[in-house]
Amino acid sequence: MPLYHNDDQAMLADTARGFIAEEGNIAKQLRHWRDRNCKDGFGHGLWKQMAEMGFTGMLVEEADGGLGMGHVEAGIVLEEIGRNLTPSPFLTSSVLAATALKHGSDDLKGRYLPGLIAGDCVFAVAIDETAKHRPSRIATRAEKSGNGFRLTGAKSFVIHGSSSDMIVVAARTSGADEDADGITLFAVPKDAAGMSHDAVRLVDSSMATHTRFDGVELDGDTVIGEVDGGRAVLDAMLLAGRVGAAAEGVGVARGAMDMTVDYLKQRKQFGKLIGEFQALQHRASHLYSEVEIARAATIKAQQLLDGGSAHADLMASVAKAKVAKTARLAVQEGVQMHGGIGMTDEYDIGLYMKRDRALAEFLGDAHFHANRVAELSGY
Amino acid sequence: MADLETFRSETRAWLEANCPAEMREPVRDESDIYWGGRRATFKNEAQKAWLDAAIAKGYTVPSWPKEYGGAGLSPAEAKVLREEMGRINARPPLSSFGIWMLGPALLHFGTEGQKQRFLNEIARGEIRWCQGYSEPGSGSDLVSLQTFGEDQGDHWTVNGSKIWTSYADQADWIFCLVRTDKADKYQGITFMLFDMASEGVTTKPILLISGSSPFCETFFDNVAVPKSYGEDCPAYVGTVGRGWDVAKYLLGHEREMISGADGGERQAAIGAAMKRHSAKLGDDLDPVLRAELANFDVDALAYAAMGEKFLDEIKVGKAHPAQPNMMKYAGTELNKRRHELMMAVGGSRSLEWDSEQTEGGKPSRSWLRTKANSIEGGTSEVMLNVIAKRILDLPGA
Repeated sequence: MPLYHNDDQAMLADTARGFIAEEGNIAKQLRHWRDRNCKDGFGHGLWKQMAEMGFTGMLVEEADGGLGMGHVEAGIVLEEIGRNLTPSPFLTSSVLAATALKHGSDDLKGRYLPGLIAGDCVFAVAIDETAKHRPSRIATRAEKSGNGFRLTGAKSFVIHGSSSDMIVVAARTSGADEDADGITLFAVPKDAAGMSHDAVRLVDSSMATHTRFDGVELDGDTVIGEVDGGRAVLDAMLLAGRVGAAAEGVGVARGAMDMTVDYLKQRKQFGKLIGEFQALQHRASHLYSEVEIARAATIKAQQLLDGGSAHADLMASVAKAKVAKTARLAVQEGVQMHGGIGMTDEYDIGLYMKRDRALAEFLGDAHFHANRVAELSGY
Repeated sequence: MADLETFRSETRAWLEANCPAEMREPVRDESDIYWGGRRATFKNEAQKAWLDAAIAKGYTVPSWPKEYGGAGLSPAEAKVLREEMGRINARPPLSSFGIWMLGPALLHFGTEGQKQRFLNEIARGEIRWCQGYSEPGSGSDLVSLQTFGEDQGDHWTVNGSKIWTSYADQADWIFCLVRTDKADKYQGITFMLFDMASEGVTTKPILLISGSSPFCETFFDNVAVPKSYGEDCPAYVGTVGRGWDVAKYLLGHEREMISGADGGERQAAIGAAMKRHSAKLGDDLDPVLRAELANFDVDALAYAAMGEKFLDEIKVGKAHPAQPNMMKYAGTELNKRRHELMMAVGGSRSLEWDSEQTEGGKPSRSWLRTKANSIEGGTSEVMLNVIAKRILDLPGA
């Protein structure tokens, strides 16, 4: 398969680019909701529009009412979301939760997928327990209780935690905190008795929660996949989520770069356009080359994932790490090259810097994934 | 897609039958690479057998049309062949500047007569070409070149000198930029082809910091270059005075070649091998060094994806025409970093200059050689200039 978009994918990219630039742009969404101190962290109206466009159910099988598309297609939408800094639950609901539910029973799919696809039922995911992403260690416990389970523990960095309807929770049903086995995934209603959400606004204006489970009683039919066999489902979720986050990061990087290169062509100092200075040209050219490479790595990871390749996991970490490093470069160069106005809230470039920070942290930062590349390679 | 799978299984079977086991070993030194030419000798029977089989199948230049010695493969088929050769670590049967640089320029600008003659010679490895571009006073500012060809009616008398001419001392013919009009800087250069055995051509190898001499100084002292080699076969490519267009087109291919976009060791991750190497030396990777290797591997594997994407796109005309400059910049900077890390892992062992254990100082000599990567074929700084101007469209660049 050639490593570029085919005609259908190019058409989808045109559609997504036009729609998201029009409806999901920074003024209409990010600034609009932020300036009104909206606690949901995203606009439900736009999310419903995305559902009408078919975006919400892209990764859901056609038999289950979705579009049955792959991660290349989801990545196309995510790149535009990234470019426009559009707040939306696409990554948590339509990528991570949709991937988890693929492993669920028909009953579970029937209960939640229609709402997920319609944009009526928003999913969050509760994986992290410490301030850094360490999915190998899961201490939140789900103990047998009657026909179901009783959930105890705490999660953090639950994006859209308080504005979601459902949360996919990774909990331990057996073994010690560091064990690979003994994990079970649950589909938990956000308002289940015994759950509390401490909502926090993050640097990029998105909303997350510290979520506590104090003896939350769950029916047996909330289990996604097999009891104690959740690690495989969790790994599949993480893989899809990381590849998706990389695609969104590519969009953030490209958005910041384009804005900066435009600025170099407008701003005059010392009687000339600052883009005429070779010191800035070389930095812009270096950034361009890094962004191109990061995007290629991301599309490669998407294709490997869609093809079911055993190399997808390694490439996902390569892509996530490369994009994190590259988007960081893009936003730092962006603010620096904008000079003083780059520090103002009025200009959008600073918003890119904030978004990159939060997105890079989600599902493992550049250090986590570089280390993972080393481990997967055998050193 | 089904056709492509058939092609893949046929290719696999053909390689199995025709690529000798010895030709599936990693390239260890220069003698493992077959460059072709009048003076070439085979290192062993296997090298010759592999070349003969590839020539017969058109696989020394698989994408070229059949009438010029190629196999006429489509981009998708060429990619399958590349993947299948990579799968068994098959060495290229033939390496040459004719294949990588002159061939593409002739396919684009050459006359039918030039294609029939020169492309077939290249495909069969009969003539080894070198490239006469840089001059002592014209490096990054190549277009200022001064080597001059005086019009004598049916021939030119060429005087001047070139520098950094790779393997000029072993080449049969040269493709050479010669000024034919001193008044017009850009439109006064002619892209000439002539025999290195011509009277008045001398070469002098340049000893590099790596201890080897891949480059030469090349001197032209009243060299008579005929204007034609027969019907429809002029001695210049394109038109007289417009050699700069050909030169720029060819530079794209040269940069593509140096970038290592087509795979091989230039793209591989090195961390795991470095850990084994370190263990062999009785050591373990320092944690900070391990972290640097991990960061390098991220960049190397991402660049490998970029190389694949670039080749896929360039074959169907989707790549930005200036993209080879980006590939060259990123690929060569990466390769320098690779060798810095390999030297660090090797410690004092990698400092040895001619010991048996290092196969004659291979680590340090290779490390030094890579420093030329970001200079030859256009410096990194020139690449960044070109990206700024042609891709980012920055003002005054």
